[in-house]
Amino acid sequence: MYSKDGENYFIVDAHVALWDARSENQRNLQGKQFIDCFYDYHRNLSPDEEHWSYEEFLYQGGERLMKDLFEDGYVDHAIFQPAYLGAFYKNGFAQVEEAYGLAAATPGKLTYNHCFDPRDGEAGLDRLRADHEKMQFKGVKLYTAEWHGESRGYKLSDPWSYRYFEECRRLGIKNIHIHKGPTVRPLDRDAFDVADVDHAASDFNDLNFVVEHVGLPRLEDFCWIATQEPNVHGGLAVAMPFMHTRPRYFAQIIGELIYWIGEDRIQFSSDYAIWSPRWLIERFVDFQIPADMTEYAPLTTAQKKKILGLNAAKMYDIPVPAELQLPDADETKTGPRQPARADLAGIR
Amino acid sequence: MTALHVDPAAETRWDVSAEDIRRALDSVFDPELDEPITDLGFVRSLQVRAVAGGARVEVHLRLPTSFCSPNFAYLMASDSKDVISALPAVTQVVVELDDHHDSDVINAGLAADAGYRGTFRHEAEDSLDDLRWTFRRKAHTAAMERCLTDLLRSDASLVETEVGTIRLRDLPTGRNKEALLRRRSALGLPAASDSIVLVNHEGHRYPPDAVPMALRRARSTRISIDGNAHFCRGLLRTRYAGSGADQSPRPEGAEAAHHHQLLPLIVKEIHP
Repeated sequence: MYSKDGENYFIVDAHVALWDARSENQRNLQGKQFIDCFYDYHRNLSPDEEHWSYEEFLYQGGERLMKDLFEDGYVDHAIFQPAYLGAFYKNGFAQVEEAYGLAAATPGKLTYNHCFDPRDGEAGLDRLRADHEKMQFKGVKLYTAEWHGESRGYKLSDPWSYRYFEECRRLGIKNIHIHKGPTVRPLDRDAFDVADVDHAASDFNDLNFVVEHVGLPRLEDFCWIATQEPNVHGGLAVAMPFMHTRPRYFAQIIGELIYWIGEDRIQFSSDYAIWSPRWLIERFVDFQIPADMTEYAPLTTAQKKKILGLNAAKMYDIPVPAELQLPDADETKTGPRQPARADLAGIR
Repeated sequence: MTALHVDPAAETRWDVSAEDIRRALDSVFDPELDEPITDLGFVRSLQVRAVAGGARVEVHLRLPTSFCSPNFAYLMASDSKDVISALPAVTQVVVELDDHHDSDVINAGLAADAGYRGTFRHEAEDSLDDLRWTFRRKAHTAAMERCLTDLLRSDASLVETEVGTIRLRDLPTGRNKEALLRRRSALGLPAASDSIVLVNHEGHRYPPDAVPMALRRARSTRISIDGNAHFCRGLLRTRYAGSGADQSPRPEGAEAAHHHQLLPLIVKEIHP
């Protein structure tokens, strides 16, 4: 819980990781390049006082995670979103067992989401069923640019992806988090394109599809599909820290999201351990659209409360104290959700 | 200065400077960010030396992350090799992409002139032409939106639905209009002064009731491209110390002040 100026904010951090990128776990050069890329994100977008050393960044462990999120970070509940990356790390990048163990040991604080790779075929389906029986997760995180033998990516519209979504349906796994990456076969087309999410979301309209980093670097494509599909949501991983380095850009991102997808389908994420929730939450509560950007309405306190926790809590049935709950906005099911709040004529 | 007599043919054959190479590379664009690689600071080093029969050029490229899309990385590297090879004085060209997850694959493909399909083998289906066109269309959309939003901001009498009737001659001259004309030309759209500005990539205009949505979508495209461009520039500076000196400023999508942390951010009042 975060409190400021008499307002209380229930916080759900919808995208956190417990990773091990230490050199002894790196399988190859790509393993080093991957964590170095994350570290450059961290260095580039964090305020100076939030910079971690490279060694800290390689591995945090459960104890540090609990402190950063729950003691220092105001977080009421956090959701693990594991990226396995077995082609780059010997024991995987996300520490699946450790994260699951931590979630099991701290009931009510952590939700463990799992991951799968549709290219694992029937054997992967068996494993998904077995893992689900043991871990009872409600969501999965899919990294579409995961390397897998000769293949370096897949689409949600692939036949095997559909087989896995059908299994998700049967098992009661209802939240599919998607992280787009750079290598999807064939390389002829834009790997960051989210058209495949559109197909899957239409055909599995009883599942929720949460596109992480709100489709960045294709915010426009994401907004366009999400405005048409009521079951497509946006996770703010990676987008949040732009508040610090590029507040006008962040204002545009959040302004566009409110316009296209509305205030009930945007989820706060720190993307821990790339960033830590504390400064992001403090700054988001203080954040406002710059006055000259008259094309966007100001962010309301209620919108901030929904984004910071209530939206994800609703998706994951996380209990929220009655006095902190808010009703859904009166928005259309498809099309721009709040057109009047971002009237183009208002730019004058 | 007294000019020494130089055989003109010999001069064109031998005389190519690093600056000539750099100017040639100005025409290589990052398709995604719609900017020359020379402005983005992606040219890491450039070496020219005389060899028997002409000049040998070696160029190293660098990108903001190891995980930038390999298809875009390949396009920029192969385009670089093409424009340098086209210079008459150049007889040998080596273009290498440094520090990328696919450096080995891409550099081997470039060295062998293997082309896109030869470089990426089973991962390549046909060509990267569609990818180029996708981003040419986006670049046009963004350029169009910049011009029209500027006009809306400057002309209080202009109403939203009439934006669809604005013609090229109605736009003030300047950087944004020039950029729009370049983008129109890349798509084969007319540059006549009576051409409608708000059109799709095939040149079709929008009916009045569809104009606001077309402009809104164009705006999200413009925000996305500007946002990525500045993020990528920043990541390059973080990754390679000193690389900022090789970048030229991009006014589109720049923050109000470079040192925004030092300035108070004026915020809106909330009227519940």
